[in-house]
Amino acid sequence: MGKLKDITKKRLFLPIFSMILVILINVVYDIASGNPPFSFFSITIRPITGGSSVLFGRLIDILNRGSEVAILAIGMTLVVSSSAGTDISVGSVMSLSGGLCCMLLAGYGVTNVSEYASPLWVGLLAGVGIACVCGLFNGFLVAYLNIQPMVATLILWSAGRAIGLLLCNSQIVYVRVPSFQIFGSYVGIIPTPIIIAAVCILIASLVLRFTALGTFIQGVGINKKAARISGFNSSKIILLTYVICGLCAGIAGLVATSRIYSADTNNIGLNMELDAILAVALGGNSLGGGKFNLAGSIIGAYTIQSVTTTLYALGVSSAQAPVFKAIVVILIVVIQAEPVKEYFKKMSAKKLAAKEARS
Amino acid sequence: MLRKKLAVLFAAAMVAATVAGCGGGDTPAAAPAETAPAADTAAPAEPAPKEEAAAPAETAPAEEAAADNAAAGGTISVGYAQVGHESDWRTANTQNYQNTFTAENGYELQLVDCDNDNAAQLEAVRNFIGQELDYIVIAPIETAGWDTVLQEAKDAGIPVIIADREIDADASMYDAWVGTNTKNEGVTAGNWLAEYLDGKEANILVIEGTVGASAALGRSEGFNEVAASHSEWKILDSQSGDFTQAGGQEVMESFIKSYEGQFNVVVCQNDNEAYGAMDAMDAAGITYGVDGDVILISFDATHDGLQYTLDGKINCNVECNPIQADVVASVIQAMNSGSAFEATTLVNDEAFVAPGITSQYATTMTEEILAGRAY
Repeated sequence: MGKLKDITKKRLFLPIFSMILVILINVVYDIASGNPPFSFFSITIRPITGGSSVLFGRLIDILNRGSEVAILAIGMTLVVSSSAGTDISVGSVMSLSGGLCCMLLAGYGVTNVSEYASPLWVGLLAGVGIACVCGLFNGFLVAYLNIQPMVATLILWSAGRAIGLLLCNSQIVYVRVPSFQIFGSYVGIIPTPIIIAAVCILIASLVLRFTALGTFIQGVGINKKAARISGFNSSKIILLTYVICGLCAGIAGLVATSRIYSADTNNIGLNMELDAILAVALGGNSLGGGKFNLAGSIIGAYTIQSVTTTLYALGVSSAQAPVFKAIVVILIVVIQAEPVKEYFKKMSAKKLAAKEARS
Repeated sequence: MLRKKLAVLFAAAMVAATVAGCGGGDTPAAAPAETAPAADTAAPAEPAPKEEAAAPAETAPAEEAAADNAAAGGTISVGYAQVGHESDWRTANTQNYQNTFTAENGYELQLVDCDNDNAAQLEAVRNFIGQELDYIVIAPIETAGWDTVLQEAKDAGIPVIIADREIDADASMYDAWVGTNTKNEGVTAGNWLAEYLDGKEANILVIEGTVGASAALGRSEGFNEVAASHSEWKILDSQSGDFTQAGGQEVMESFIKSYEGQFNVVVCQNDNEAYGAMDAMDAAGITYGVDGDVILISFDATHDGLQYTLDGKINCNVECNPIQADVVASVIQAMNSGSAFEATTLVNDEAFVAPGITSQYATTMTEEILAGRAY
């Protein structure tokens, strides 16, 4: 048991280390520019326009803005593990889910409402439902027709957003109803997206811990044939991971839509599939499938958001920001690369040997 | 009987147009140059009255046009290769063309919606050339890659008018350009701010548009030019919000943490970003607009944006005018009748300020203005 703990500690060590490194940049910057050194970490409660009070601080921003990618990372991790491929349609599916939800809530062709055309639960259910259907479609292509995951999901990558645009009549549909905005604003003092992401992560980790699903997925990912021979229904498991991935995309899409109380189908989830894949990679997971580490992916997702928030905090111009982002990503990926790890291991072993020799 | 007559007139018009087109094509510089002295002297003032005349009394020039056509004979066929329908702005632009180039006004409009597909747009223009339309209007999706197709149009003797956006082609490759100048919009915003502040200090945060987009570049350039001439102004930070509400929200959220209590002006380069900035300021308890601590400037002047301006949430909203068809029509009329026309015409952009503010650079918003907007 102790050994197992050690292993998980080791696996999570580097992702957490990378994230801390990114946040430390802010501390250095704050000291250098004469601010109090830990102003980046300060969290206060302050009143918002309209009366109530909410949590306020950069760490809250990271948790809040990172929610969508964190939710996507759950599904993406499972898909990567089971099928050794990525679902590149998630960003597009987010847009589709948000588009359908707002279209139902506002009525087709209407662009601005302050009253629901159909009940809120219908819109939410339809949004999540269509995302699951998309997952089902992707999963069927991958699991039963053996199409390469990237090719299979390429279809919805391009079509999902287009269907969303059609549903919204190519316009931004605003739903200005407080009960719809709540998923992107606050419950009590805590931003709702943080709560939604936390619930999703909690459910996913409980399911993986208390059922054999995680083992099944890893088994299928490591060797599909062997898994089938040992009695797993490999295709069904792959299909299931894609449906879960679709579900996550649907939830993330509704959060992103609720934030801006509108279906901006052109922009919701744009390029977010890449962030989700990056989160999985930053979490120390192999994109070749098999073993996975969900906690790593989640940390990876928040690391990406930390980088973005840090660049804003440092005031790096938008034109240069992608370059800095790339440098940070390269560093994190290199730190976690096997040969680099080996090198550090050897170095520490040598030091140990030298110490022993001296004594 | 009438139909026969029209057919004859139409044929005559075609011949006339082709001849005129060829003439223009053979001596590309001659036609505009000849008329240049007369036109140039009046150049700065001319676009404005032209548009004012065209806008409120839309039928007046149209009737003239019809009369002209009757003289020249038949309807004028115009092909418009539209970008797509990605925004309210674009939809308004399309409708404006459809309402201007009508059969009653003596036109036959072929409008192709290219859905932001560059290849489709090139194909649409080739199609216009194949059909031997009288005039081709292009709202280019991409700036580059037009030389071949423009040459084809030239060889076919069809005058081409570039509308709305700019292209990377020699000015001799097309006959006229009609559009807006995003730099002027930035200058207008700056001038208004200077007038409003009246020498007071300004600590400015800018939420830019998409990096590299021409509207973002132009608006930054114009505004920065004015800002540079005011030593009491300081641009604290400038970040891209990608022209989206979500982007505006995220950038403003961060700005508030970095520059808490230090800023009094926020410039958003489109309305969507302004909505996002307002969300973020609401969530931090910062007041903005006419009664607030922060002056909010926005661009685009869409219907929702002007509603916020009317409500006093946005202090100043600078328009990017989609109502361009009248100007295009007047250029086509001038070409058709062989009289002088401007090689480049700027469509006037207006600016709107919240009620309670009066400005020489902007119109004060009222319910009537909002109700009368085309989009």
